[in-house]
Amino acid sequence: MRTDSMSNGMIEFRKELFADERDDTLNEIGKPTRRQDILGHVTGRSPFYDDHLFHGLLHMRCARSPHHAARIRRIDTTEAELSPGVVRVLTGRDVPLNLNTLLSLLDFGIDDEPVLSTDRVRYRGEPVAAVIAESEAAAREAAAKVRVEWEVLPHVLDVEEAIRPGAPVVLEIYPGNRFVYHGRYDHQKLRFGDVEAAFRTADHIIEGRYQISPIEQAPIETCGAIAAPETNDRYVCYTSTQALFFSLATTSKLLRLPSSRLHFIGGTVGGGFGGKVDSVHEPLAVLGAMLTGRPVKFMWDREEEMQVGGPRGAERWYIKDGVMRDGRIVARKFTGYFDSGAYTRLTSYAVIKAVGHLPGPYTIPNVHADVYCVFTNRTPATAMRGFGITGVDFAIEAHMDKVAEAVGMNPIDLRILNAYRDGDMKAHRRVAKNCALIECCQVVAEKAGVQLTSASRAASSRQGGGGERGRIPAHTALDQVGRVEGFDTGSYARKPARQAQATAARPAAAAPAPAPPQPRVPRLEPSRAASAAPPIPPAPAQPAQTGGPARSGPIRFSSISGFRRR
Amino acid sequence: MALHRGRGFAAVNYPIGMNLGGDPSQALVHANPDGKFTVSLSSIDLGQGMKSVTRQIAAETLGVPVEDVYVDTADSDTGPHCMGSFASRGTHRVGNAVIQAAQEARAVMLEAAAEELEVDAADLVTDGRGNIHVRGAPSRSITTMAACQAAQFRHGRTVSGRGIFLIPLSEVDPDTGEMTPVSCFAHAAMIVEVEVDDETGEVRVTDMKSAYEVGRALNPKLVEQQLRGGAWMGMSHAAWETTEPYYPDRAHGPVDFSSYLMPGPGDLAPHHISILERPAPDGPFGGKGPGEMCANPVLPAVVNAIYDAVGVRIDELPVTPEKVLRGLRAQGGARPRKRL
Repeated sequence: MRTDSMSNGMIEFRKELFADERDDTLNEIGKPTRRQDILGHVTGRSPFYDDHLFHGLLHMRCARSPHHAARIRRIDTTEAELSPGVVRVLTGRDVPLNLNTLLSLLDFGIDDEPVLSTDRVRYRGEPVAAVIAESEAAAREAAAKVRVEWEVLPHVLDVEEAIRPGAPVVLEIYPGNRFVYHGRYDHQKLRFGDVEAAFRTADHIIEGRYQISPIEQAPIETCGAIAAPETNDRYVCYTSTQALFFSLATTSKLLRLPSSRLHFIGGTVGGGFGGKVDSVHEPLAVLGAMLTGRPVKFMWDREEEMQVGGPRGAERWYIKDGVMRDGRIVARKFTGYFDSGAYTRLTSYAVIKAVGHLPGPYTIPNVHADVYCVFTNRTPATAMRGFGITGVDFAIEAHMDKVAEAVGMNPIDLRILNAYRDGDMKAHRRVAKNCALIECCQVVAEKAGVQLTSASRAASSRQGGGGERGRIPAHTALDQVGRVEGFDTGSYARKPARQAQATAARPAAAAPAPAPPQPRVPRLEPSRAASAAPPIPPAPAQPAQTGGPARSGPIRFSSISGFRRR
Repeated sequence: MALHRGRGFAAVNYPIGMNLGGDPSQALVHANPDGKFTVSLSSIDLGQGMKSVTRQIAAETLGVPVEDVYVDTADSDTGPHCMGSFASRGTHRVGNAVIQAAQEARAVMLEAAAEELEVDAADLVTDGRGNIHVRGAPSRSITTMAACQAAQFRHGRTVSGRGIFLIPLSEVDPDTGEMTPVSCFAHAAMIVEVEVDDETGEVRVTDMKSAYEVGRALNPKLVEQQLRGGAWMGMSHAAWETTEPYYPDRAHGPVDFSSYLMPGPGDLAPHHISILERPAPDGPFGGKGPGEMCANPVLPAVVNAIYDAVGVRIDELPVTPEKVLRGLRAQGGARPRKRL
């Protein structure tokens, strides 16, 4: 039955499954061809960014905040500049455009994060100055001599404390400590059917709370970049980035430099796992090369990689299921909190990815989710393997085990009973296709000697879906909870203003009274607080933030270019 | 005091490619005069095998042996734009761009061959070993090298191609969350066996049995490498790793690998992998990209196995001996479930 010849007891290819959907007679596809780069890797000769050393290479190290939150009264670099071997000390004033949000290249979000903070720090480890010196040791020594007068501010570290009224505000542009979606809500909603009505008909209600702590990507090669002036009025940058043009475009934007003057080289990276997309190093390394005229390396050491490099962010999830006696899940409700840390980076996007994933690989007729991107005074989170999905999959599958116990079912039978199949309607209102969850469950049960019911053994992803399961519910309960005012309709994708066609079936609990009509304001200047918290005066303007809207970078590398009128 | 064994199950799916789309990747392919091809990308090989999988895709599409193709990655002066290697998008997005570029180059090569053989290009096929011949008449053939030479030195044509792949950007409805997140999904299911020490609270993963559905396995060795490494990472996420052990308190944050713990070779559990291949309709040769999802089922399977072994629910990751011991103490000792 198992036709694969490569099976060695630890791995097998179940070619008999879905065989009619494949042509297995190709020449190169499906062959275990040896990697073209393997000889270099196993002999230690593949060149990584840190192997591109230059004569006269300078080294950059940052001076960082020891506080979770503080106002900067003064940064004194005098002593650092006099330290032996120091060539130059950079502060925020040296950065041409000292404010960015990573996804501005996708036209998503508001610029919120300085390269080097000038007025305020929002997490322990936030950089305030960058020392450039003849050796790493000299740079390290001088970075310790940067004197900062701090005014320590209250901070908040817990996602649910952060969204309570009166919590310390992490980021002034988001006074409720929540990212604003579509200019409308302080979270992303998913509404499919009516969970509350379904809960009333369910035999069991099963609730749970789950949490995953931050995790380090832990690549062997720490993040970094080496930049050098080229003779043709350009700058070359060797980088560990996972996204070459993302890093190039970010550098171009922050340094106000046309992309034609940047030559980025990478492509062979010592492990990424999501931790090398933040483009933290390239702008500073190139800026250092510009201001010193010499090659500059900016590379994290292991401590920085672990404590100031963006981790997989923490998540907290609440799940409530309505389940029938026979194991069918008829309603599932989520409340999710993604801990973004002090700035947005990519967490706003992780939330949308997670929402598109709910309720997991199951067909559930009523689904409701409120998922929040919450700002706290910790290291900004970023991408990691399974981004936006790993945490909620942990929650869903730990919860499924509880559901199985509550209804007295084998946990694999429970999964197969509820599994999505070809033709089913998913909660994000697209039809499922190319499903294979049932077959994976069956193969594992067989391997582990778990006895499934005959119905589970006979189930197929290709049969039994669609029909009633393929329809959007006739009625979906909508609400206005979490409505905010004063933000322009910024969104991942601009949506033409349209009225929600389904009628709101439930009163808008906790929704603020409709605000009087007010003139449209630029998205950069939220005119009203998003929560009940008193308005916070805006932070002092960034010195380099002049010259037009900060978020319009010099170049965009996305199909969304031109998608939006400015 | 005793060791308790338990088994836990989890099943997941995983969205392939950047959510909502709007993330193009491009590829350029060209041949030397002797019919050796270069694929130019700005995509990144993180160790996952980007260069190798795109090389196989290009060779398959061109109809030449894989030895005749090399992939050059990530020089912004020579490689066309790519959004990057993240979100399980490399194989899916870049692979499709490479197919398009290779098809264009192949068409030029076949036209040159047709002219040399004085036949219609539509009647030509490649054998994947460096020859082009008339369909059904293997003796009427020309090598790919001769065809590329003829194209460049006799017909004055460049054997090259451009490719781009884009899934258009999806909107997201603020009120309902309606959206088109991605175009295909990978799948996985797993049973994990653990051993829980009720004296120390330590948890050891002793065996993993998995089934991963990855679309077509474009290179089975690269797939295996991803699945083994990824499952190891999942196991590490479940019971070892965090930068904030007392989250949300920031105290005791690790700063090196002696305080940031990960399982070493001695901690690795045997992992019995079954690979299922249901080709993705829009994936390159049906490929999906197994890289991210393979870690995900391990985390819940481990906590479910701990419950099976001692009756303690660990709902906050990572599992630590402290959490296990507190759970055991709260319920007055181990209460094995043995349901699976």
